[in-house]
Amino acid sequence: MASHAIEVKNLYKIFGPNGGAYVDAVKKGMGKAELNEQHGHVLGLQDINISMPAGAVTVVMGLSGSGKSTLIRHINRLIDPTAGEVLYDGVDVCKMNENALREFRRHKTAMVFQKFALLPHRTVLDNTVYGLEIQGVERKDSEKRARGWIERVGLKGFENHFPNQLSGGMQQRVGLARALTNDADILLMDEAYSALDPLIRVDMQTVLLDLQKELKKTVVFITHDLDEALRLGDKIAILRDGRVVQQGTGQEIVLSPADDYITAFVKEVNRGRVINVETIMRPLSGNAEGVPLVTGTVLESAARTMTAARVATAHVVDENGRPIGALDLSAIISAMVTPVSHDDRKAA
Amino acid sequence: MASICSVLPELLCKFPAIDEGMIRLARKTIDDGFKGFVRSYGDAIDTVVQPLQWFLNYLEGLFVGSPWIVILVLMVAVVYFGSRNINITIGTALSMIAIGLVGLWNDTMITLAMVTVCTLISILIGIPIGILMARSERVQAIVNPILDVMQTMPSFVYLIPVVMIFGIGKVPGLIAVVIYAVPPMIRLTNLGIRLVDKEVLEAADAFGSSTWQKLKNVQMPLALPTIMAGINQTIMMSLAMVVVASMIGVGGLGKNVLQAIANQFFTVGFLNGFALVGIAIIFDRTSQAFGKRLQKHSEVIHG
Repeated sequence: MASHAIEVKNLYKIFGPNGGAYVDAVKKGMGKAELNEQHGHVLGLQDINISMPAGAVTVVMGLSGSGKSTLIRHINRLIDPTAGEVLYDGVDVCKMNENALREFRRHKTAMVFQKFALLPHRTVLDNTVYGLEIQGVERKDSEKRARGWIERVGLKGFENHFPNQLSGGMQQRVGLARALTNDADILLMDEAYSALDPLIRVDMQTVLLDLQKELKKTVVFITHDLDEALRLGDKIAILRDGRVVQQGTGQEIVLSPADDYITAFVKEVNRGRVINVETIMRPLSGNAEGVPLVTGTVLESAARTMTAARVATAHVVDENGRPIGALDLSAIISAMVTPVSHDDRKAA
Repeated sequence: MASICSVLPELLCKFPAIDEGMIRLARKTIDDGFKGFVRSYGDAIDTVVQPLQWFLNYLEGLFVGSPWIVILVLMVAVVYFGSRNINITIGTALSMIAIGLVGLWNDTMITLAMVTVCTLISILIGIPIGILMARSERVQAIVNPILDVMQTMPSFVYLIPVVMIFGIGKVPGLIAVVIYAVPPMIRLTNLGIRLVDKEVLEAADAFGSSTWQKLKNVQMPLALPTIMAGINQTIMMSLAMVVVASMIGVGGLGKNVLQAIANQFFTVGFLNGFALVGIAIIFDRTSQAFGKRLQKHSEVIHG
């Protein structure tokens, strides 16, 4: 199945009995606090424009209250927008009627929830077939597909357990299996790993990345954790107070944070695991020296390769092995430490 | 008081009740109207509820007519497979034997048939109304005060119209019992559905469940413990009400109690009373154990 991109255009969400009346005021610059004080409405999202590329992971990052969970619920319209469009394959999800929306949810989207939201009275297997059961797929067929995914997420042997008998990490694997069994193009993950402890979280991230390599779904992943965002996201959008403050690749966000808010985040990031060699390489002058490093190698592993080979210089090669740039150990180290300017900005 | 009244105008001192003649007239009009209604539609209503009469008679005949040992074995089996608890099962057998020994077997069977039918009807009426209430704030706003009236109105009061329409017999008794016993069924179904985890409902929505699929797969199963509590309450209230219903011709243990009150038969009264307590406890423990067993999946909680 070919994946399609999702385009979010000029999306506004104002919570309250009469949200539509205040869209213009918000467009003219009324802020969240003002709207709440004067009109008793809560500004959820304002002027969101994000294009989520097909077959890639788009991470929406923000702290609690930033509107990220509200945003993801607009994609399958669990929340109705006040104004704006969500386009999938050229169709505006926000304009679908009830039937079309139900079909869209059944066949095009699957969702994983922060608190798992499994059916407590159903076994792992019965939870996993839920999406197909709703679609009316025959039990024999759905069970076969479900068993396949249960095995893929590493829960073989637990098919007949109830969710309450499983740990949080295992429950979320069930949530993931349930979503994948649907075989939908869009995978929505609402803080899917936030409730898991750190080691299991990294484990589950690996599961997702491995699956994504072959599935190439259009994944929308919500998180409040920048490390998670950088690890998973082909594209990252950062939300604050219902507004997109910056969007781009992980590299772009770490290397040129748009404002103090993002700078404060980025400061704590392990840059060695985010920045790629081609980002800091200088143009090739003369012969390629030292060890070759393929594009996409992060600085940390580049440094490891170079120290293991006991050389201070290296050159970057593209996928075909053609040299395209050079760098040395000191450049790597200076890129890996947090720039002084970030500390200054934080202090100011 | 008189001193205050000497200062106040009379209107504020003595409540200005509506003229007695007027009240008498209103009373007569309403009574006559209702009697007229009964006269013209009584037969039609009787025909409509006739199946209830048949069902009740059939079940009563079955319970009373079967050899006691068959009923006892059946009851013990139902209790055992419902509760899977050996103590409750033994308790059931012992109390039923005790009831038989003091000569109340047949009366107990009549009461049992009555309570069974009342409970079934209460469930059939209560669950759909409860579901409607949970789905709509407006229905809830309308039904709640009606339930309040049903539960607080002294049962003797609504026996009056019931008897006027249906006369004396089992069906009016059954209707009186259901009016009394159905409110907890409705309320707890409503509550159970409203308490279903919002996140799970959202997940069901996200996968594209239709309203019916949500009800069938999520709301009803998750509300089941609360609904079971409702059924339990309904059984208990039916048992309490069969005594009152004996005033309008329901037989069984209730009738004996009524006679004992009228004649001051201390021992008979208590024997019948204890027989009622016995069945009440059997029903209660069995239905609770059954409800708990349905919730087995929630027992093993993993951190």
